[in-house]
Amino acid sequence: MSLDTATVRRVASLARLRVEEADLPRLEAELNGILGWIEQLQAVDTQGVEPMAGGGAQALRMREDRVTDGGIQEQVLANAPDRAGAFFAVPKVVE
Amino acid sequence: MTHPTELTIAGARRALAAREISAAELTQAHLDAIAALNPRLNAYITVTPELAAAQAAEADAALARGEAGPLAGIPLAIKDLFCTAGTRTTAGSRILGDFVPPYESTVTGNLLRDGAVFLGKANLDEFAMGSSNTSSAFGAAENPWKRQGDDTALVPGGSSGGSAAAVAARLALGATATDTGGSIRQPAAFCGVSGIKPTYGRCSRFGIVAYASSLDQAGPVARTVEDCAILLGSMAGFDPRDSTSADVAVPDFAAAVARGVKGLRIGIPREYRVEGLSPEIDALWRQGMDWLRAEGATLVDISLPHTKYALPTYYIVAPAEASTNLARYDGVRFGLRENGEDLKDLYERTRAAGFGDEVKRRILIGTYVLSAGYYDAYYVKAQQVRALIKRDFDQAWAQVDAILTPATPTAAFGRDENQDDPVAMYLNDVFTITANLAGIPGMSVPAGLDGKGLPLGLQVLGRPFDEETVFAVGGAIERAAGFHALPALRAAA
Repeated sequence: MSLDTATVRRVASLARLRVEEADLPRLEAELNGILGWIEQLQAVDTQGVEPMAGGGAQALRMREDRVTDGGIQEQVLANAPDRAGAFFAVPKVVE
Repeated sequence: MTHPTELTIAGARRALAAREISAAELTQAHLDAIAALNPRLNAYITVTPELAAAQAAEADAALARGEAGPLAGIPLAIKDLFCTAGTRTTAGSRILGDFVPPYESTVTGNLLRDGAVFLGKANLDEFAMGSSNTSSAFGAAENPWKRQGDDTALVPGGSSGGSAAAVAARLALGATATDTGGSIRQPAAFCGVSGIKPTYGRCSRFGIVAYASSLDQAGPVARTVEDCAILLGSMAGFDPRDSTSADVAVPDFAAAVARGVKGLRIGIPREYRVEGLSPEIDALWRQGMDWLRAEGATLVDISLPHTKYALPTYYIVAPAEASTNLARYDGVRFGLRENGEDLKDLYERTRAAGFGDEVKRRILIGTYVLSAGYYDAYYVKAQQVRALIKRDFDQAWAQVDAILTPATPTAAFGRDENQDDPVAMYLNDVFTITANLAGIPGMSVPAGLDGKGLPLGLQVLGRPFDEETVFAVGGAIERAAGFHALPALRAAA
């Protein structure tokens, strides 16, 4: 499988990364280099192998369903690039 | 007495307890060394002298009261991936360039609980993605070692390059680091110091800026195996705030270092004799085998047949998790913002301006392998191969107690080498990456010098949650190697 320019543009859009048109050929070549190298995995017989999702052998713990923090509005907002009172502010999204 | 920056952590603890030195003096000696050498090495992104002095004063008070914690007054470098309350935490990225966390990571909180002094935040590859510490938005860190008769700037390895360079150059007694594919062990090997990536789940990931959550694990870098054991003892432990934190007891790691290897079975995986392995590294590996045999261990030829698929597996799993984890950097709640015409444009401009090239590459690869139509062919396939890599190790533990391999395929390289081809850079992690995929502990110990006078490391791998055996084998290698060479650039002794 190899990426064409249109796919690189689409993936960049999915990833919310602005890519200048002039950079697309370089990115396409780099990504295809990496994906071509990754292709060797297709040689491994994985018939019936359960995919390993996590990093540890242990099952995830359940925890009690209760509130463990809160009341830290100022801390939550402290690093906001823009805020309006007690809210994060963003450009207008509805007309 | 020994110059304060030349002490080990174990030695500094004794000197502090005996009141031969104060925590204030020990900290000041390191701050002076940082002031002298950090402009050259760039091992720290942020230095916090006032905070360190205050923590040292607290440590001196605790020592005077006889209530000192196990790390009271020990000056450390903290990889700038660990959130430190009130101190800027950048992850080596422009996108977090002004981020000041309102909370403390569990690992750094544990170290503070035990009385440690934080000198500052250590440099790293952006978001811990890299093997050379050249992708940091705050400039590359430099390896304090030099090739004989050659002043070329060498990389300290990565991603924890600042941590390893700081410890090697005597700008800290020890450091925290993280390891997703070799980011503790490779820089430790390149800088002639020790480092251990413990078992997945041993250290809490709470408050560590996430890269690839199923692979990320914190661990220490220090100048001796014992010092690593002391630091890990403080860093480790169950934390309900990390759902993958393991609820298992933390043993006395330091006690295991002198245990010896008599009767241990040490596996030598034949697949690690990779094509193009430097003859010097191969010779060092054989030397390591001889040392362990002489100490009473039995060497066992083993096979880990899926080894060669580990790197490509990693370069699906890690970017997939990274693309997901880094989705949070949207210019809205924290971090850099670049304004745009609408919200999507704001996201895209923010992320384009905030992330460097390697981070963008991994986000794009990750987004692609998780996208509709490719998920099974890439991501599920990689998870299946990962299961086979783990099974290789599970089967090996029936035959052996630990595994000995080289730490890296080469010694430290020049800053301008390996930069053209991303895949060539990825090959640095060929020996270390399997431990992350399998979730097992791995340690790098300096064991010799190459023909140009650069340090080389050996790696010890162990069973899950059996860091004690890893420390025992690492300690035996350290004693046999008698590695006392010093880097060209270091604080005046």
